Amino acid sequence: MIQLSLHKTLHTANGNMLLDIQLKLEPGEFITLYGESGAGKTSTLRILAGLLAADRGKIIVNDTVWLDTDTKINLKPQQRRVGFVFQDYALFTNMTVRKNLEYALERNQDNSIIEELIDMVELGELQHRKPNTLSGGQQQRVALARALVQRPEILLLDEPLSSLDTKMRIKLQDYILKVHRQYKLTTLLVSHDVGEILKLSDTVHVLEKGKITRSGTPAEIFTAHQMSAKFRFTGEVIAIQPEEIVYIVTVLIGTNVVKIIAQQSEIIDLKIGDTVMVASKAFNPVIQKVI
Amino acid sequence: MDWGPLILTFKLALITTAILLILGIPLAYWLAYSKSRIKPVIETLVSMPLVLPPTVLGFYLLVAFSPNNAFGNWLNEWLGLRLIFSFEGLVIASVIYSLPFMVQPIQSGLAGLPSHFKEASYILGKSRLITVFKILLPNIRPALLTGIVLSFAHTIGEFGVVLMIGGNIPGKTKVASIAIYDEVEALNYDTAHTYSLILLVITFSILLTVYLINGRYLKKFGR
Repeated sequence: MIQLSLHKTLHTANGNMLLDIQLKLEPGEFITLYGESGAGKTSTLRILAGLLAADRGKIIVNDTVWLDTDTKINLKPQQRRVGFVFQDYALFTNMTVRKNLEYALERNQDNSIIEELIDMVELGELQHRKPNTLSGGQQQRVALARALVQRPEILLLDEPLSSLDTKMRIKLQDYILKVHRQYKLTTLLVSHDVGEILKLSDTVHVLEKGKITRSGTPAEIFTAHQMSAKFRFTGEVIAIQPEEIVYIVTVLIGTNVVKIIAQQSEIIDLKIGDTVMVASKAFNPVIQKVI
Repeated sequence: MDWGPLILTFKLALITTAILLILGIPLAYWLAYSKSRIKPVIETLVSMPLVLPPTVLGFYLLVAFSPNNAFGNWLNEWLGLRLIFSFEGLVIASVIYSLPFMVQPIQSGLAGLPSHFKEASYILGKSRLITVFKILLPNIRPALLTGIVLSFAHTIGEFGVVLMIGGNIPGKTKVASIAIYDEVEALNYDTAHTYSLILLVITFSILLTVYLINGRYLKKFGR
């Protein structure tokens, strides 16, 4: 199990922000950090990898302490068993695809893993090419394979697919899922692509201004809050007319006049001049007074 | 014609460039990545020879190395080094004088690399030294070549510093640029011509080679 608790003051474009994260990752879990840019997602990954120092905090990975500011333990990136896939891939341009993977080998490590990974992400034909001659998706596969050479305990993916087109994204998501299952990895993904998160992750943590505000399965996070009110406008009631068994409420929204069918129970405390919210839940519009 | 000054010039340039390469890489690395507060001061000092008249540099070195003061005396007494009017003195002066020509290309080469190169290498468990030699330096080959050649060529072209600190001792400090001045003063225009033409042709060829190689390299890798 991986446990982390981090505090760090980040200097952002909008002034200082306190990053305050508590996370628990079960072995084999696929976790996503979701949030706007500048919410502290990448900083969290960088602290976990040892590339960025935390002001205070603790990271324990399968009973090994990686960071503990109280006892001044802080393992270097070299000593932490992490795989990291950068947004810009960070492939070494002076080496071929194969050499990039071989560079990652530990001293005395059996190099059969190179062959295995090249097969896994289907790079066989490209293995003697230089990274600059490959497409974005191919480079991303190299970066993914290289991150796995040392058999890391955690795989960190920092918006790895953000610069790819949709078709390539979907293909790469399949590769990520495949290696995640094959190597029984614990994977931490940073992403703001809802479709991608729904497809890949077991758990989502929503990061807002340096803090985790909500956690749950992707379905819980993205359907309960975001899809319930797909369209939502506020406007002013200009007329309420009875019509057979229902009422027609005329609402001025911006410069548009909108007519909405409402039941008696809905109009009971509405009068002309009220500010109301009109929202659409799948099919039927809902009208609600704004207090 | 006496070949001595030309040979001395190239010997000086070669030794200076070798020393600069060894000193320049760590210095450029530090300047490229450090966030230290004294960095601007060091950067300024490294770049000073670009704008300072060579005679000013030569004059201060002459004063500093003179056995008549404490530092020069200490060098003389403890290390047995007489740096004025000697080849060793010329080497030290040239190293200082050509320092920016080695450091600046390497520094901007390193700063221009994707910032994640270093971090990716560290995460793959590689030490800082391995990262420098296997990742960073191989990826800035054009900058290294530029630094080496500019330092070499700049040392060949040196005049003021050499004159101030080395004087004009045949076989010891009389380099080609000094020899040309000497011959012109003695109205030996033919000899001055020969020296000048040789320097002109050699420096032109060196620089042309660099630009050709770097041009091809840049085209090949599209950066």
